Amino acid sequence: MTRITLDGVAHSYSGKAQTERDYALKPLHHVWEKGAAYALLGPSGCGKTTLLNIISGLVIPSEGRLLFDDVDVTRLPTEKRHIAQVFQFPVIYDTMTVAENLAFPLKNRRLPKPMIERRVAEIAEMLDLTADLNRRARGLTADAKQKISLGRGLVRANVAAILFDEPLTVIDPALKWKLRSKLKAVHRASDILMIYVTHDQTEALTFADKVVVMNEGKAVQIGTPADLFERPQHTFVGYFIGSPGMNLLPAKLSGARASVDGIEIQLAGAYPSPPKDARVQLGIRPDYAMLSAAPGIPVKVRRVTDLGRKRLAHVSLGAHHMVATIPNEMSNVGEEANVVFDPARTHVYVDDILAQGTPT
Amino acid sequence: MNHKPLNNRAWFFVLPVLAFVMFSSIIPAMTVVNYSVQDTMGANSFFWNGDQWFRDLLDPSTEIGARFNDALFRTLAFSLVALAIEVPLGIVIALNLPRKGKAVGVSLVLMALPMLIPWNVVGTIWQIFTRADIGLFGAALTGLGLHYNVTEDAVSAWVTIVVIDVWHWTPLVILLSYAGLRAIPDAFYQAARIDGASRWAIFLNIELPKLQKVLVIAVLLRFMQTFMIYTEPVVVTGGGPGSATTFLSIDLVKIALGQVDLGNAAAMSLVYYLITLTVCWVFYTIMTQIERRRDA
Amino acid sequence: MTFVLDKISLYVGEKALIREASLTLERGAMHVLLGPTLAGKSTLMRLMAGLDRPTAGRLLDNGADVTGVPVRRRSVAMVYQQFVNYPSLSVYENIASPLRVAGVARSEVESRVKDAARLMRLENLLDRLPAQLSGGQQQRTAIARALVKRAELVLLDEPLANLDYKLREELREELPRIFAKSHSILVYATTEPTEALLLGGSVVTLSEGRVTQVGPTALVYRRPDNIEAARVFSDPPLNELKIDKRGPLVTLENGRQLPAVGAVSRLSDGVYRLGFRADAVTIGEAQPASLSFPGQVAVTEIGGSESFIHVDVGLGVWVCLVSGVHEWLPGVNVEVTIDANRAFVFDAAGQLSAAPYIAKTA
Repeated sequence: MTRITLDGVAHSYSGKAQTERDYALKPLHHVWEKGAAYALLGPSGCGKTTLLNIISGLVIPSEGRLLFDDVDVTRLPTEKRHIAQVFQFPVIYDTMTVAENLAFPLKNRRLPKPMIERRVAEIAEMLDLTADLNRRARGLTADAKQKISLGRGLVRANVAAILFDEPLTVIDPALKWKLRSKLKAVHRASDILMIYVTHDQTEALTFADKVVVMNEGKAVQIGTPADLFERPQHTFVGYFIGSPGMNLLPAKLSGARASVDGIEIQLAGAYPSPPKDARVQLGIRPDYAMLSAAPGIPVKVRRVTDLGRKRLAHVSLGAHHMVATIPNEMSNVGEEANVVFDPARTHVYVDDILAQGTPT
Repeated sequence: MNHKPLNNRAWFFVLPVLAFVMFSSIIPAMTVVNYSVQDTMGANSFFWNGDQWFRDLLDPSTEIGARFNDALFRTLAFSLVALAIEVPLGIVIALNLPRKGKAVGVSLVLMALPMLIPWNVVGTIWQIFTRADIGLFGAALTGLGLHYNVTEDAVSAWVTIVVIDVWHWTPLVILLSYAGLRAIPDAFYQAARIDGASRWAIFLNIELPKLQKVLVIAVLLRFMQTFMIYTEPVVVTGGGPGSATTFLSIDLVKIALGQVDLGNAAAMSLVYYLITLTVCWVFYTIMTQIERRRDA
Repeated sequence: MTFVLDKISLYVGEKALIREASLTLERGAMHVLLGPTLAGKSTLMRLMAGLDRPTAGRLLDNGADVTGVPVRRRSVAMVYQQFVNYPSLSVYENIASPLRVAGVARSEVESRVKDAARLMRLENLLDRLPAQLSGGQQQRTAIARALVKRAELVLLDEPLANLDYKLREELREELPRIFAKSHSILVYATTEPTEALLLGGSVVTLSEGRVTQVGPTALVYRRPDNIEAARVFSDPPLNELKIDKRGPLVTLENGRQLPAVGAVSRLSDGVYRLGFRADAVTIGEAQPASLSFPGQVAVTEIGGSESFIHVDVGLGVWVCLVSGVHEWLPGVNVEVTIDANRAFVFDAAGQLSAAPYIAKTA
């Protein structure tokens, strides 16, 4: 299989959707390419798990079609779909050893024994489980168990896609990064399509080539981690990606000039006039708004938080609250300060959508 | 986490229960122990007998010993047969009960109904039910050409008692198993489907291991109850034909109340009690050892 | 008002869960218990609350010995990781419950509940049931319930751990502000150094049941007394390098020799462990006054605004911080440079020998 296509797939748990609000997942068109790693990122209730369950077959969408290559599999039962799923908590067969757990999917499909043994050894090697092959799966740690769950998916040669549903939830925080690295390494070693659901941006941005940011059932933006960081298409993406998220300041716009509460902000381009009642906001990430000794936008400093490797200043620009970064060289920060915005990274949002400007 | 600060007031809550248990169990039990070392027919005439009753009881060559032995084996056989039918049957039915929707409540109530009927009423229902002339069960079996007569044929009597017990108490196994099955998260079933496991493989590898704790309780409870069975055989067969369905408890009552041989009866009941306790303890220890070894 | 733990230990059989913990907690201050899972944070909090009795040591509340006094007779409020609310009571009733138990007058109950609800932004949800709330709202109800009690000791056991990442960020901002107004002793347990830094106050680092350091949070961060405290207070994990210094040279485990530069040059001869955080390591060309190592990229982790590159330098896998979103592909050969002036030096016993100059905090 080379791709999975979502053709207008939407889902409403009540059956027939009457209004926008009935949809748990709003109509979505997307093509997932073989061998790529995708992440579905969004807060609780955004529809990411619903989408994952539609792809795996645990939920049948109320609208639209799901295609594997060009075959309509919308109603095909899970076991016939050539996919594997790793759940939030480890699912292992208590009574079996690690080797038997890994061999289970192959035994059920009646593969010859030497082939099963070879495949199990291969996958165990890939996941650093070789030493534990003969131990009872029950006594292992949570991250080893999750690796076994993953291994059961990988061991089948004809698996076309592996789906992950917040798999690191029960893993000890100190070990999370190890498992993250392992997942990424496994992805590179195999050529399987992987779709990863999470609400944690670090997991999504680390794992995926392309991230689907979701909110309230809608796919808000699909892009590479760099795209999402540098050019968020929607204010939600700006807010959700980045720690802390993007500052959004209500502004007035005319051509190449913008002002917030009367204070002028420089832009890198000229923008068409927005419609009369549109909501205009300037978006700038704290990383690109620096406190400076040089002249800049005057602000009042409310609070400084020390994050160890960087310091953030919570300031008031006019009547609006925003966060700026304090450069390492600046040792003392008083109550009044200047902030400099990087014009190339100051974005304009009209009704929450990124506006296109022509560079001046 | 047993480092809780001491709170002595909690002991007051236990006193009423302690008093109740004293009166209803411990003091009567002391009486029984007393009787078991005397030769008595009540009414203040006691002759010290030491451990003679016990020795007689456990020696199959004596009359009382042989009788005790027979009754014991009969009861054990009954327990095993009943367990062998009820536990698998209960699990199978539990597997097929609906897990979601309105049907759940209805089916659970239906399943529980037999357990709610008072035991002597159960006996009476089945006594009529098994009569060859007016009982549906009896008439049906004779109609099919089978030789069925509860009062004359030992096999019929045994089969009937077993059927009654299965009807009456399998629901306990069903409900316990059902609760155990409901506790299994959906993700396990989903993963098994994705792994291509057959229904039997799912049962063997997911459901049975997770039901283990529940089954220990179910088997323990059923064993104790079948080992102590009294009401139903008394009402339906009276212990007969002959002594075919005279289980330990029935025999005990015959000796104690029928023959007023209280000393013997007391000794017998103590031995009966100790046997039950020992079997349960052995069984429980084995099951928990298996579990502990599994976890290691 | 102070609360003192005097050599508190808890043993379960042979195993020590808490070893001789001595702390002084001040009123109106935020105390953060920082340590990995199973370090003993929850156990220590349970001992402070009176839910468990210590095997040895004393608890002193304003001088009075309260060791062994059960929690019912103490003035304690606790917020757990799982949102613990009474499922059959409305939000209002949930918040009011401790006051009702204490027999507070009805009119005062109403005003205190409304105050707490306003502080936790729950005013519009007062008649909902916990099942109808989102995770963040449920936890805010639990926190409001702890606040309204005005207990002397408020214990929060990783309260934000079960919340979505963004929700966690938001609540984390609010908490110091909310609790600044209360006059209780606050103890907050967390596994994340970033959270500890954001909450401020003072930090208690815990490792395997032992208190490794106590002090103002930013100070402990910049100057860990020992390698255990440094390890606990680093996210991503602390990079370590074992060195053997003799005169002007430093020998590494793989035999390679480097010139002793920066703080290392001022040490007396001996075996040391260098500990340096991800932001003390850069990827790029070697510089004259720094230690550089060749290595291979293992994986790149992309956080919101920063990228962490894991590089295998043969002596271990080190994490380097690069700001912005960058991806270095695994297998690529890179040169990793440690800023020797920003490394902590720990002697063979794990105690701090030298620390980088502490920059003034704003």
